[in-house]
Amino acid sequence: MRNVWVVATNTFREAVRDRVLYNLVFFALLMMGAAILVGQISIGIEESVIISLGLSAISIIGIFIAVFIGVGLVSKEMDKRTLYALLAKPIERWQFLIGKFAGLAMTLTVNTAAMTAGLYLALWTVKHTLASSDVYLLTATYLILLKLTLIVALAMLFSCFTSPFLAILFTVGIYIAGLFAMDLRRLQAVNLTPATMSMFRAVSYILPNFENFNVMATVTHGRAVSASLVGQCTIYAILYGAIVLTGAALVFSRRNLK
Amino acid sequence: MPIPAIEIEGLSKEYPYGFLSLKKKTSLENLTMQVESGEIFGFLGPNGAGKSTTIKLLMRLIFPTSGTARILGRSINDVPMHQKIGYLPEQPYFYDYLTATELLDYFARFHNLTATDRSERVQRMLQKVGLETAKKIQLRKYSKGMLQRVGLAQAILHDPEVVVLDEPMSGLDPLGRREVRDIILELKAQGRTVLFSTHILSDAEMLCDRVGVIVGGKLRGVGTPGEMVGIQSQGMEIAFELTEVAKRFSLLEKATKTGAVYRVQLPEAELYAGVDELKAAGARIISVSQIKATLEDFFMNLVDADRAQANAVEVSGK
Amino acid sequence: MTVKAILRMVAGLLILAGLAGVWHLQKQIDVTQASVRVEQDQLTLRSPGTLRKMSLEYAPLMAALYWTRAVQYYGEKHRLHQTNLELLWPLLDIATTLDPQIIPAYRFGSIFLGQKPPGGAGQADLAVQLLQRGIQANPEEWHLYQDLGNLYYFDLHDYAKASAAFEEGSKNPSAYIWMKTMAAKIAAEGESPETSFFLWQQIYDTTKDPQIKKNAEEHLILMRAQLDLKAINQLADQYEQRTGHRPTRMAELIEAGLIRGVPRDADGYPYVLDESGRAKLNADSPLVEKEKKLDRR
Repeated sequence: MRNVWVVATNTFREAVRDRVLYNLVFFALLMMGAAILVGQISIGIEESVIISLGLSAISIIGIFIAVFIGVGLVSKEMDKRTLYALLAKPIERWQFLIGKFAGLAMTLTVNTAAMTAGLYLALWTVKHTLASSDVYLLTATYLILLKLTLIVALAMLFSCFTSPFLAILFTVGIYIAGLFAMDLRRLQAVNLTPATMSMFRAVSYILPNFENFNVMATVTHGRAVSASLVGQCTIYAILYGAIVLTGAALVFSRRNLK
Repeated sequence: MPIPAIEIEGLSKEYPYGFLSLKKKTSLENLTMQVESGEIFGFLGPNGAGKSTTIKLLMRLIFPTSGTARILGRSINDVPMHQKIGYLPEQPYFYDYLTATELLDYFARFHNLTATDRSERVQRMLQKVGLETAKKIQLRKYSKGMLQRVGLAQAILHDPEVVVLDEPMSGLDPLGRREVRDIILELKAQGRTVLFSTHILSDAEMLCDRVGVIVGGKLRGVGTPGEMVGIQSQGMEIAFELTEVAKRFSLLEKATKTGAVYRVQLPEAELYAGVDELKAAGARIISVSQIKATLEDFFMNLVDADRAQANAVEVSGK
Repeated sequence: MTVKAILRMVAGLLILAGLAGVWHLQKQIDVTQASVRVEQDQLTLRSPGTLRKMSLEYAPLMAALYWTRAVQYYGEKHRLHQTNLELLWPLLDIATTLDPQIIPAYRFGSIFLGQKPPGGAGQADLAVQLLQRGIQANPEEWHLYQDLGNLYYFDLHDYAKASAAFEEGSKNPSAYIWMKTMAAKIAAEGESPETSFFLWQQIYDTTKDPQIKKNAEEHLILMRAQLDLKAINQLADQYEQRTGHRPTRMAELIEAGLIRGVPRDADGYPYVLDESGRAKLNADSPLVEKEKKLDRR
């Protein structure tokens, strides 16, 4: 277990020193500024525009980081052979993998927190006060964070057995597919056999249902997110993430390095 | 009789390639070999012969198609055993944004060391490999030689019993190579076992107690450098100059000329007869020396024979 | 200075000159294009369902963007005095489909979809549809009932439904108190200038949307004039009762002591009496034009 922590802290340190991260966070903060401007020209919905634009920025930037850096966690180390010396140490491969995951998860947490602070700042600049309903933003960003960690797990899984480019493609593909899982579940079409429809339903349960984590519509209009939803989403993310990471560990354990 | 530091039995590695991965390239075939405790063992072979493959198999970076190996009597799958081994990969590359100090500290954390012990060792290693002045610079700014030194440092920092070095001299200038040689000898003096791979034969001749030669994925021979090349002398060589235009004599026909100097090779038994012939021809003898086969000759013969068999020599698994 | 430094300066100046040239050229191109380009409104993707799918998780944001676009669209058309507002409904439809809780969109649509051109799109049925969608998604939002009532009253002249809408809205405890009484008044009288004026005043007082406010103001001015004309007609009636004939000039009313001075409209033009003794707007007053444009009563 200690090994996992050592790898995680090093991954965090490396991510923090990588300038790409700063650029992305800077861009996100820029979005907050833009949100204020957009709010000015939207009649009647200044506040909800800032919130929806801010949350969208946090989500999209976060997904960028999760996918690109997530894929790079394993493949960059394999490509550049930094991994070789490390695996000769008394560390199991799965400990390395989980450590990398934990490091990026920590990085994402810090980033998301920073961007959320930026969002609150943007709100405060426009409203000059904060209402009690503004605390619901935190639930929205927390759920976004859960979603991001799940995406990281998927990115790592794919990067363990395909090239970085394909891993990125697959991860983004699963993300989009996961958003439509609900639609797939409810799909009714005249020309489909019952067998096909139940297959679609089964697939819709297996796909990661990313829509679960989306509470933007609720929070944008100042309403609370139900605590049970937050709890269920947390368990979902932990469970699904564990499944994905276990799969990744299995694949990675038997992978021949170059 | 202490157990061998490294035991390899029937180790083989095949790589599938081609359409649907149906064909197979054999990069290592049935390797059986032992490295005794406390010796310096050189693993020789041309590029692509299978040296790196063997070492990566030992380190569990790749997995064998068949065969087993043991280090310090334990299976190579035994992870805690890695506390006692150090490894320097070929052409090492490390994390861009860490400094040398941070990197050594990071790797050292996987071993059971106290914090003070760890930081003391890190400093000592940095001095040992000559990176004291560069220790705070980020690794992305390091030259290849500097990376090699960092790699060596992390391999020996934790006082391992067995040290495995893949091409440790590559990328180093002559001074650096000398330093590495000294470190390897020092390791042996401390009673550690060193296995290193190289294609620089002079290094092997100088350092190794024993060598193993691998060509085309197959082990061609193991023994002391002397054993490999055979102890018998292969004859004598006379270097001479002609003081005046001389009439033809038999030795002259057989001699090769570089500049003003002629060289001719004779079996040892015919040496004195040859000297007399030269004296009679009025030649001036510059030197007489013994021809010893070098590891290089042995090597080249093997390589040529191998190529002649038209087996694939160039194998690098992807 | 060295040759290199001079060359660098020259290169820099050339770049600046080039930029100025590009700027100037672009102005020319804009002029050329403006004269050639046919007015074309662009809304390539009209299907709200497709757009909702394409928005992935970001539907509220997209809704906000389409709502903003709708406001800009109307404002631009209004500024250019163009009457073709065909994109207003699709834009509002999309915005409210992507985010059914975007209340300002319903309120905006109720006025500017419902009004006849040039003030609006003249699509009162679509406006009703929009409001009903809004009410269904936001049952607590009683303002939408107010808007629905206004829509039936002013644009559809369906006073029964207008009354019903005000009545329904008044059931919410936070609603304006007048909605209940207004429901009854409209049910009894149908349309009247006092009612119209009152309803417009309510809109004017409570809206935060600058375009809605301006629109209400224009209506109020005309309403005011209508009320003034009605009052003057009543004075003329009194004059007729007293003297037996209708007055034909405002001065006659002043002489009779019924009025102290000649009242003027909001633009400062004095009201006049026509040959049959009825009050009307001064022919020179810009209100005459405005009345024609705002085809509401």
